Amino acid sequence: MQEHTPLPLPLATAPAGFPSPAEDYLDQRLDLNEHLVRNPAATYFIRVQGDSMRGAGIASGDLLVVDRSVEPRPGHVVVAAVHGELTVKRLKRLGRLLVLAPENPDFTPIPLNEENAVEIWGVATHVIHRLAAAGGGGPCSSR
Amino acid sequence: MDCNNFYASCERAFDPALARRPVVVLSNNDGCVIARSQEAKDLGIRMGEPEFKCRERCARAGVAVFSSNYTLYGDMSARVMATAGALAPRMEVYSIDEAFLELDGLPGGPEPYARMIRERVRRDTGIPVSIGVAPTKTLAKAANRLAKKDPSMRGVLVLPEGEARRELLARLDVEDVWGIGPRHGRRLRERGVRTALDFMALPREFVRKTMTVGGLHTWLELHGTPCLPLELAPKPKQSIVSSRSFGRPVTSLEHLREALGQYISRAAEKLRAQKSRAASILVFVQTNTFIEGEPQYSASQSQALDPPTDATPRLIAQGAAVLERIFRPGFRYKKAGVMLCGIEPAQGAQLSLLHAPDERGGRLMAALDRVNARWGRDTLFSAACGVERTWRMRQGRRSPRYTTVWEELPVARA
Repeated sequence: MQEHTPLPLPLATAPAGFPSPAEDYLDQRLDLNEHLVRNPAATYFIRVQGDSMRGAGIASGDLLVVDRSVEPRPGHVVVAAVHGELTVKRLKRLGRLLVLAPENPDFTPIPLNEENAVEIWGVATHVIHRLAAAGGGGPCSSR
Repeated sequence: MDCNNFYASCERAFDPALARRPVVVLSNNDGCVIARSQEAKDLGIRMGEPEFKCRERCARAGVAVFSSNYTLYGDMSARVMATAGALAPRMEVYSIDEAFLELDGLPGGPEPYARMIRERVRRDTGIPVSIGVAPTKTLAKAANRLAKKDPSMRGVLVLPEGEARRELLARLDVEDVWGIGPRHGRRLRERGVRTALDFMALPREFVRKTMTVGGLHTWLELHGTPCLPLELAPKPKQSIVSSRSFGRPVTSLEHLREALGQYISRAAEKLRAQKSRAASILVFVQTNTFIEGEPQYSASQSQALDPPTDATPRLIAQGAAVLERIFRPGFRYKKAGVMLCGIEPAQGAQLSLLHAPDERGGRLMAALDRVNARWGRDTLFSAACGVERTWRMRQGRRSPRYTTVWEELPVARA
């Protein structure tokens, strides 16, 4: 498992001359891992394939951040094992039944029952959706 | 704590289609079986069985067969250890799939706590583990083994005391006791010592005389006296081995030299990572003894390194010299390897009267290791390792590196 440790900005100290007025305000760089990953040992990245979750803002090709240590509850977007495949759906309560609900009218919900042998694999906490290729031109592109 | 069928469980964690299928993992180069799911064990597939011998049986029974995927297993091991380690005050990671956890002084007793650890590891990583709880390491390993054998214990056994403990230890075969092993086990069996309990009944002096101090420690630990403390920091290795089977037979000295160069580079990296130097290098080559009717040859020779060194170029030069001495043409070589021995700390190494300390070389090696750590293995390598590497391993059935390579992430259908 790779543990990402951001490097602190070097603290500039001049042996002579004026101290930098910003010195007391230097902070660590913002680290996306910190923002997206609460429990690194239980967090996995999963690639999405298909359109059944378009209504939840999840498109084909997106990256899901999945935290297996989160207790799944109705309302969560979950990754579940159904018929030998991983699938992404929203866990919903329908009356007394729990279902894996798509967010696209072209697809049908999957009830959680003995017959389907559904197992919740993990809870998706974030979706990463690419808008433009990194370094793909534009006035601010820099690598 | 011990992971159940660890490599097979890693394969299952990311592929639900394997949930009820028997799973088998093959050794480097797909040679023989090194891990089996319970279903594969039930089919009678044996540990260490050559792949070609069980190929048909596996195909008929629908066994999922994988090349080993150590990148995945290593990452999953780190996750298991991080999860369990966060729940215990102290932990010794014993191997890729085993650890000793200290569970002293827990309110409510160790059983619910051990079950909680098992449940958390299962939930966070998908890896099932078994936990044995006892006052010594040897008893804990025994309890773990008993928990694995008896499904009614649901993966956890807190070893009871008194008569109940004696009854359990009578169920454990003597060679399954940690530290006894098959060789001593056979000798003990010849004397009618069949179980862990039988072994405990032997007189202490007899054990010390026939099995030396290691055997005595095992005996004392079974009696509840701790002799093996938790080792929190890994000990520097006394020797470092790097060897591999080739993807296809190698016949030329040139290709052997390249392969050996790569193994030496890897071993040297490990040597520097633990801040040591080696005082001797051993090189070995062998043909494939499984192929009947082919001429067989195997040889090994070692060479002293004076002064001891951790520098890749010097190790490669010395290794190549040994290889040239033991190489015989006309054979189809299957495997080659290197062992670095006489390992000592780099700090405070004896300075040689004849050789000035090589400071520039040290900086070069440090830079090499930093570049390879930052940009990936083999970004910089010695030209002696070859560029084409036709001898590389076969890994035809490796699963994706689900957790470490962006292009190989698991896919979920939406």
